[in-house]
Amino acid sequence: MTKKIKNLNLNFGPQHPAAHGVLRLILELDGEVVEKADPHIGLLHRGTEKLIENKTYMQAVPYFDRLDYVAPMNQEHAFALAVEKILKIDVPIRAQYIRVLFCEIGRILSHILNVTTQALDVGALTPSLWGFEERETLMTFYERASGSRLHANYFRAGGVHQDLPKGLEDDISKFCESFPKIINDLESLLTDNRIFKQRNVDIGVVTKQDALDYSFSGVMIRGSGVPWDLRKSQPYDCYENLDFKVPVGKNGDCYDRYLCRIEEMKESVSIIKQCLSKMEKGPIKSLDGKISPPTKSEIKESMEALIHHFKLFTEGYRVPRDEIYTAVEAPKGEFGVYLISDGSNKPYKCKIRAPGFSHLQSMDYLIKGHMLADVPAVLGSLDIVFGEVDR
Amino acid sequence: MKNLEDLEKKINSELTTKINKTEIKHNQIYLETDKDDFLDISLFLKTNNDTKFRQLIDITVIDYPERNQRFDVVYLFLSHEFNQRLVLKYSISENEVIPSLTSIFPSANWMEREVFDMYGVSFKDHPDLRRILTDYGFEGHPLRKDFPLTGHIEVRYSEDEKKVISEPVKLEQNYRNFDYESPWEGTKYIKEEIDSNDKKN
Repeated sequence: MTKKIKNLNLNFGPQHPAAHGVLRLILELDGEVVEKADPHIGLLHRGTEKLIENKTYMQAVPYFDRLDYVAPMNQEHAFALAVEKILKIDVPIRAQYIRVLFCEIGRILSHILNVTTQALDVGALTPSLWGFEERETLMTFYERASGSRLHANYFRAGGVHQDLPKGLEDDISKFCESFPKIINDLESLLTDNRIFKQRNVDIGVVTKQDALDYSFSGVMIRGSGVPWDLRKSQPYDCYENLDFKVPVGKNGDCYDRYLCRIEEMKESVSIIKQCLSKMEKGPIKSLDGKISPPTKSEIKESMEALIHHFKLFTEGYRVPRDEIYTAVEAPKGEFGVYLISDGSNKPYKCKIRAPGFSHLQSMDYLIKGHMLADVPAVLGSLDIVFGEVDR
Repeated sequence: MKNLEDLEKKINSELTTKINKTEIKHNQIYLETDKDDFLDISLFLKTNNDTKFRQLIDITVIDYPERNQRFDVVYLFLSHEFNQRLVLKYSISENEVIPSLTSIFPSANWMEREVFDMYGVSFKDHPDLRRILTDYGFEGHPLRKDFPLTGHIEVRYSEDEKKVISEPVKLEQNYRNFDYESPWEGTKYIKEEIDSNDKKN
């Protein structure tokens, strides 16, 4: 007599260390093999888009820090670019370099977190201890420029909030000298590690076609062999003047994505160095008094500056009627802002396109037929942060 | 097609009857169409060798409560081969059901669920149309313009009932929506905007 065996439904999360936040994953298991995965998201939904519709353009910036909170400034960049394009204002060259500099710092922040926690998920503790020390250093750079370690609120339409404080450039270039050694140390722990390879090679393979069909971007599409990077293909700010390579994977598995991230960190260090050497003294935000607030010293002397300051921080600036989609290459993929302005001081609509949303959607397709123990490995290599998935 | 002007011509000649309006701005091409034609257009854009818009970036809706056709449905496409972006748009009225794009682009699945959740627009032939971002048992569609910013209900843990309960929102202080807009005339484009608004009224 044969017995009929029912599939087991397993609740993974929302309180699970390997769920990378508040993901509730409902897994249908046949023995140890995953038959179906149904991610339940939205546990961190804060209504960012609704809130932005009710704030002026300048007040909207801090909400972007709270999306992908491991690389805050990359998000702000997308919004700042969208507003600049509608307003048709130019960004001073120094501001462009500062923004790119901090975006690359954000990329390193995000990739360190991802690579080390991916290692943690498959059983290696040391990389995260080593990596987080470097993250702390990078976050102090954030703090010295913007005043806060995480929620920077530093980019503005037309430039950045303040110039870099004295000595920061030197300290960043010192970091650029010491950091490649840390990457090598991390690599010596992971790249040829037998256990790490067993857990990642040939796991979660994405073909080129599927990467297109499932709207993948960033490392997820590059890991599958598509050389697509918005910094190269649709350059924004000063990326055109910078020389860097785009690492591309071959097999599209978790291991290739890990390698891509390691190589991208090395490229980011080189971009930061170039920014520091090319940066010259100059203004750091648009000179249009109707967009950028005046400096404190100007307010003390000029009546017009005082009026501008008052109007900008109460009414804000108005943005002419237009619509635009702007995307940047955030660490996790294509982060886009679809902005509808109606001529008033608030956005009529601001749709945020988060890369993690599309990536997590493919969880069912990626994990089908894999073992239960592969779930954290695949999830780790997707690089999910719930701030941006849930918005 | 290498440049946007050629692409615009190509689209206009191949899909004359289906396209209502084309426009190039911000280095992107914007198309307007009708609900019934958009599936054909999407398929054409994806498969034609001169367009190759093989990736769907996002789907969203814009709400204009004062209009007869309340919603604008927006699709963003990307062509890696030609490095171009395309925005496809059509208007629908409030209770209209629109066809799902999941058969052409699998990634439309969650994007359409999000639109359904946030705006209450329903999709025909969608494999799994459930709410996605809001709570289990949530009522209303938060991104509609007539949905209040503070929402309708709030949740808390009740010590008496020993469980999480939801109640109508009670605010210590009413939500204050200050109207800062003034007739302050700024730069040239604002004057133009004010003038054009005056003409319309």
